[in-house]
Amino acid sequence: MIKALPHPKWKDPRVRTRKPSMPPGNRSREAQGLLSMAARGRFALQVCSNCGAVQYPPRQLCGKCLSEELSWQDVSNKGTLLAETTLQHSNDIYFRDRLPWKLGIVVADVGPSMVVHLSSDCKQGDKVRLALSIDAAGNAVVTARPEKPTSNEKDDLQLREMEFDPKHRRPLIVDGKTEMGLELTKAFLSAGARHVFVGYAKPWYESQYLEEIKKLDKVSVYPLDVTDTDSVEELVSMIGDKVEIMVNNSYHLRPGGLIDRFDINTAHDEMEIHYYGLMRLAGCFGPVMRAMGADGHHSATAWLNIFSAYAWINNPAVGTYSASQAAALSLSQCLRAELTPGGVRVVNTFIGPIEDEWHQLAPPPKLLPATIAPRIVSGLSKGIEDIPIGAVAEEIIERLSENPKEIERTIKL
Amino acid sequence: MEKKQNENEETLSSLLGGIINGGIQVIDLTMTLDQRTPTIVLPPEHGQSWPFRLEVISKYDERGPATYWNNMSCGEHTGTHFDAPIHWISGKDLPNNATDTLPPDLFIAHASVIDVSLETKEDPDYLLTIERIEEWEKINGNIPVRSWVLMRTDWSKKTNPTEYLNHGDEGANTPGPHPDLIPWLIEERDVVGFGSETVGTDAGQAAHFSHPFPCHHLMHGAGRCGLPALINLDLLPAQGAVVVAAPLKIRQGSGSPVRALALVGK
Repeated sequence: MIKALPHPKWKDPRVRTRKPSMPPGNRSREAQGLLSMAARGRFALQVCSNCGAVQYPPRQLCGKCLSEELSWQDVSNKGTLLAETTLQHSNDIYFRDRLPWKLGIVVADVGPSMVVHLSSDCKQGDKVRLALSIDAAGNAVVTARPEKPTSNEKDDLQLREMEFDPKHRRPLIVDGKTEMGLELTKAFLSAGARHVFVGYAKPWYESQYLEEIKKLDKVSVYPLDVTDTDSVEELVSMIGDKVEIMVNNSYHLRPGGLIDRFDINTAHDEMEIHYYGLMRLAGCFGPVMRAMGADGHHSATAWLNIFSAYAWINNPAVGTYSASQAAALSLSQCLRAELTPGGVRVVNTFIGPIEDEWHQLAPPPKLLPATIAPRIVSGLSKGIEDIPIGAVAEEIIERLSENPKEIERTIKL
Repeated sequence: MEKKQNENEETLSSLLGGIINGGIQVIDLTMTLDQRTPTIVLPPEHGQSWPFRLEVISKYDERGPATYWNNMSCGEHTGTHFDAPIHWISGKDLPNNATDTLPPDLFIAHASVIDVSLETKEDPDYLLTIERIEEWEKINGNIPVRSWVLMRTDWSKKTNPTEYLNHGDEGANTPGPHPDLIPWLIEERDVVGFGSETVGTDAGQAAHFSHPFPCHHLMHGAGRCGLPALINLDLLPAQGAVVVAAPLKIRQGSGSPVRALALVGK
């Protein structure tokens, strides 16, 4: 049985920090289809529309009937562990640094056999639960755990390389003055975070949420204004090498469109906070986190952005806000590429309208921060890369894949 | 004519001599423009003034090996600044009401410094009244024509932005002029304008006066100016200092950060 991870000690300052390395990288274009499913937390494989065969690994043609009619479909994630082995040696630097490493071959209930990264709790002949995970290089891999969850399965060090369970980790929540900031702090603490750093800007604006955060244990609050490079640099100098999960929940929504509320200043503020704010955070914290990406129990692991689902499609009722979110989303893709060499993964979550003072007249459904914060943390801990939350975000994804023009013409608050 | 010119040249020369030999002290009335400088708090759905921000263009690095310089941004009314009459709706149609058209001789004027630091220590909502100034005039003589009236409260010694803005759930609690004082200063004393140590020239609760924001509405309506967020007023004499405070020449500017200086004879 996997043992519970002990509370990490402070970093030993005499020991050279392990340099980040990556598992082997290149994948075929077809294999990237797996990544698309893994990014959403789905267990989906190629299914042949002609003969019904499920195949793995992904290919251009059906391995059984040579048909080109392959589609990605959610399938059962159950299987049986046929064989297991433990790597004691590897010529690959990434694995060599992390030996021993457990691998197995699983025969999936839907047919194919797969080489998997294996939880220490699985034994030959066991029924297992499969998942598509994303490894430190950003590629989709198959992982297997016991069919029924075991008590410490999240503590498996090998699988922790691919997931971001907050247990014993230290997140920085950028904006502690919103209800979302408070609820995220609570959600990280209840998920076992070792300590939560929380930022706040403009101290002269009181915030009941920040006051509540200050009363919580294992929390420290720091001045942090993402519109001010000096402020971000100052915080990096204090806690930059301790932030293991960055939680960018910067939020500045002002309702209005382009012509309907032509105001460069308001649009500027949205860009300052969402786009340049992400840039300042990434420019200052990014290099430190990238360098600390393989530091054992103190590794920087993930960069979580909380975006609006309107980053995908402009909602004219909040037109300039949507544009600033789209800009930030684009920048996050650049950040993802730049953090990958450090093994730090960028996770984006997309939410619909929330119940707050800036959505007073927006019709329901509106999301409650207390409801969505635990879902964000749970998505993060599963290693999902794109986490849509709530009916609005999920509907936008669905309609975008069906007909982007239809949603462009009809979207409204 | 020539004799007069000579006299003026001598005046200037002796002024400079005084500054050089220290007989005339130059006192800086300006707060440092800093990213932490708070701007005025307004309802969030209103337009907002940008805070002071600085981004490095280059610092002897690959962006410019020999050069250090920054891009900066801020609202016109940031830090120690100048309020031109066009800033308020009441002054919008006046001639020469903006930073580029105000006559530049206005930027050098006498200062009458009214010390109410004891009163404001007791009461952050303290309002400066005609009676209080009349009392001051009994000791210091009348406010001369074309003078700044500077309200010394020692408020600028509050270095914590939250204490400086002093906001409660009914707005700011900061001192300023009583609404009755403003017409009196304009009509009876013909002042250049009103200066303060707080974030604006009006009191924190001025929105609720029977005549809201009198130091903006009435002063600017009469073509007079404002000089808020001053510091070091405690180093000035009650009468006799000369203030030099020129706004940037922004086309149709409503104000600008200034480097406000006071010349004080020792």
